[in-house]
Amino acid sequence: MGLKFTLKDIQEETRLVRFRVYTAAVIIILLVMVLVGRLFYLQVIQHDHFTTLSQGNRVKVLPIPPIRGLIFTRDDVLVADNQPSFSLELIPEQIESLDKTIDQLSRLIDIDEESINRFKKLRQGKRRFESIPLKFKLSEDEIARFSVEQHKFPGVEVIARPYRHYPEKSGLVHVLGYVGRIDENDLQKIDVSDYLGTTHIGKLGVEKAYENILHGHVGHQQVEVNAQGRIIRVLERTPPEPGQNIHLTLDRSLQIAAVNIMSGKRGSIVAIDPENGDILALVSSPAYDPNPFVNGIDSKSYKALLDARDTPLINRALNGKYPPGSTIKPFMGIAALTTGVREASDTTWCKGWYSLKGHSHRYRDWKKGGHGHVDLNYAIMQSCDVYFYTLAHDLGITRLNKALTNFGFGLKTGIDIGGESTALVPSIDWKRRALNQPWYPGETLIAGIGQGFVLATPLQLATATAALANHGKRVIPRLVYKTSNPISGESTTLPLATPNYVSDYKKKYWDYIIQAMEDVVHGARGTARRSGANAAYTFAGKTGTAQVIAMGQDEKYDKDNVPEHLRDHALFIAFAPVEAPKIALAIVVENGGGGSSTAAPIGRQLLDHYLLDESGNLK
Amino acid sequence: MIHFEQQSLSQRLHLDMPLCFGLLVLCGLGLMILYSAGGEDIGILIRQATRMAVAFVLMFLVAQLSPAVIERWSLWIFLTGIAMLVVVLWVGHVGKGAQRWLDVGFFRFQPSELMKLAVPMVIAWYLSHKTLPPNIGNTFIVGLMIIIPVGLIAKQPDLGTSLLVAIAGLAVLFISGMRWKLIMAFAALCSLCAPILWHFMHDYQKRRVLTLFDPEQDPLGAGYHIIQSMIAIGSGGIYGKGWLNGTQSHLEFLPERSTDFIFAVYCEEFGLMGVLLLLSIYLFIVARGLYIAMNAQQTYGKLLAAALTLTFFVYVFVNMGMVIGQLPVVGVPLPLISHGGTSMVTLMLAFGILMSIQTHRRILSD
Repeated sequence: MGLKFTLKDIQEETRLVRFRVYTAAVIIILLVMVLVGRLFYLQVIQHDHFTTLSQGNRVKVLPIPPIRGLIFTRDDVLVADNQPSFSLELIPEQIESLDKTIDQLSRLIDIDEESINRFKKLRQGKRRFESIPLKFKLSEDEIARFSVEQHKFPGVEVIARPYRHYPEKSGLVHVLGYVGRIDENDLQKIDVSDYLGTTHIGKLGVEKAYENILHGHVGHQQVEVNAQGRIIRVLERTPPEPGQNIHLTLDRSLQIAAVNIMSGKRGSIVAIDPENGDILALVSSPAYDPNPFVNGIDSKSYKALLDARDTPLINRALNGKYPPGSTIKPFMGIAALTTGVREASDTTWCKGWYSLKGHSHRYRDWKKGGHGHVDLNYAIMQSCDVYFYTLAHDLGITRLNKALTNFGFGLKTGIDIGGESTALVPSIDWKRRALNQPWYPGETLIAGIGQGFVLATPLQLATATAALANHGKRVIPRLVYKTSNPISGESTTLPLATPNYVSDYKKKYWDYIIQAMEDVVHGARGTARRSGANAAYTFAGKTGTAQVIAMGQDEKYDKDNVPEHLRDHALFIAFAPVEAPKIALAIVVENGGGGSSTAAPIGRQLLDHYLLDESGNLK
Repeated sequence: MIHFEQQSLSQRLHLDMPLCFGLLVLCGLGLMILYSAGGEDIGILIRQATRMAVAFVLMFLVAQLSPAVIERWSLWIFLTGIAMLVVVLWVGHVGKGAQRWLDVGFFRFQPSELMKLAVPMVIAWYLSHKTLPPNIGNTFIVGLMIIIPVGLIAKQPDLGTSLLVAIAGLAVLFISGMRWKLIMAFAALCSLCAPILWHFMHDYQKRRVLTLFDPEQDPLGAGYHIIQSMIAIGSGGIYGKGWLNGTQSHLEFLPERSTDFIFAVYCEEFGLMGVLLLLSIYLFIVARGLYIAMNAQQTYGKLLAAALTLTFFVYVFVNMGMVIGQLPVVGVPLPLISHGGTSMVTLMLAFGILMSIQTHRRILSD
């Protein structure tokens, strides 16, 4: 390099560097201002926004599901409770090898393939420190076996969770219904926010109808969580409001007696208090155990219930539609007197059959030789069919329909748990609409003895009977009369639904019909006199034998030659004591044979059970 | 060489007191925030303080060297660095994977860190022997001095460090008075090269750049860092949530909270006021560095001191810009605050050089 290049202009270079340093300083100041501007934007202008986000990161609101209300019978017997069910749960975080642990556990406790698959599925959506159930409903034996070895299984625990349990099993299923896991349909109907953390909901019966009382209200806890979602501490807690306990109108003792009587039979019993409509017993037989439904019944067992010939899943008390047969006669009698179609003393000649003018078809009486001259009292007491054929003919179908509808036949009773059928009282209109056929006079005749198109549910029969006992006051049946707070114990009686009134009929008509029904059980020639004998109280009743198949003109019904499922239904309605009715009931025994031979003795047994104490005296 | 009798203690120890003061305050603040960000772990604190002590000792030792010695070593340090980078690349090639470390038995050494100092040193050395501003030929040679190490580092791949090394080199060029026309031409060339660079970038690097423009598009993946960081900063407000009270950091929502994202923790706990204090300390150090550069007696000292100071500021700016969501996520620690040793040693060596330049001024008598 030449010498001239070493002669540097030191002053010029110093000036240049100084200028560049100043320039750099200016750039630095500008960049710092950019930083400060951005920080000002984030920390001052957007502060609220980011504070909200920060809170949202940190604070999680977790639901605390309420405890479902308990259900008691009138006599304070617990019939639906929450029992701890023990499940085996694993916390993956604390377990070294899940496969090995499950393998070792299966040597202690029977764990099937299905449980392991479900466990793996549940695991996917959970954090490592969350507990995941491997097996539900451990037996005490399994718990004991596991407890001994628990020290070898870190991260494996037995956890108790409450599950609905029905100690009466099948005895009350048609009253209580059951709870089941919340499904898609339920989600449409409920306020989801109130069901956070809740897994079960009432599906049927009282459990469903009183869901909003039994459920309670969800509580919340605000917790601080870290980025992994682990709870660091609880910030605030709003306790859940437990569901209210429910008190049934059922008399457990009567209910169990009725269930036992009906065991092995198909049919239904409904007993109600005529005073207020409180249902004292409600049986539909056969029934089924609701407990497996709580956590999901397996499809095989469910299919077996569904396909069973005697249809245990159907609630016969509310949905069984039976021809009422002769139990309709007292109601026809009231219609006869109040419409003026018959005087009480009017008699009809019963020769054993009845024919419409110009027709040869004989409508037969159950008594082949006929009853001779019968008035209304005798016709009810002896259940004379010809009297009621004639009466029905004279009333005509329209007046007959109105008379029965007045007692609630063909209408919903308004029972608090709902889900009931209306059954049917036919009319000319109805037949045209439903079948597109004209009404034939012969159909009026058989409607007059509760056959043909006339259908009634046991619940309708019982409420209509109560209306008779009440001289026309038709109470609304109910299964729940009281709720109580599980914490304070304070109870609230539910208001009675306003009853309907049949009509303002004269007392003497009621007295007449009730006397006739009293004669059915206490009279010397009553159809149920054997069931009324030696009663400690007077009661009124009416038997009924409903045909399941139509008999040919000259066929004779021979019980032993007819297949079981085609045999007559046995019916009985009654109330007691006559002077001050405390109970009205309706009994239907499907294919049970005669009303007086099968149903009436059951009625007597239940009335005795309800009205008498242990030594046989009136309570 | 004539030494005056009245030399101050700092002159004799070769320590620049204002710079020392700034660095100590910064380190103190750093330890304080690291205690919070590290989950109140006293162990982390002790390890970091130990590193700081070691780094201060190294700074002190470097400060004892005269700038002339440093100047003489510049080329050799640079060449050694290049050689080590080649070795690292070769080892990495054999080991099939990213390789940044050179394992020298008892300690691991990152040659790319060394280049942060070696590149500005060698350029300052080269330019100080030429007339300023540098002509095109010299600028070209300087360009090679930058491109060779930067290319080697980028190949590791460590894009962040290679950019910082390039910036350190360019800073010397800028201070040396590189003509504005050349600067503009260079900037134009860079913007033309950007698409090509983009093409050679790894997917994760592209994602980081894209995330900058729209963190919400991938809130749980690449955008998570930025979103959580901005939540931490924004929720800090003017006065902050208080020391040890940052929920974003203590509840572990903020990733890398004790290393690259420690600034977010600081913002959350100390708010805008704390940030202004921290920036003031940084600016004080930068200002002192530039003051030293302007008062340096030799051109080498002027160029190197200014370049090292500017690089220091770039670290601060890039880290903060990344944490507040204005720059892509590149692994640049916040100087003297972030947890970690390597970058701290490099930084303190740089400050050692600054102190050497400041305290070895020869006062010539008339």
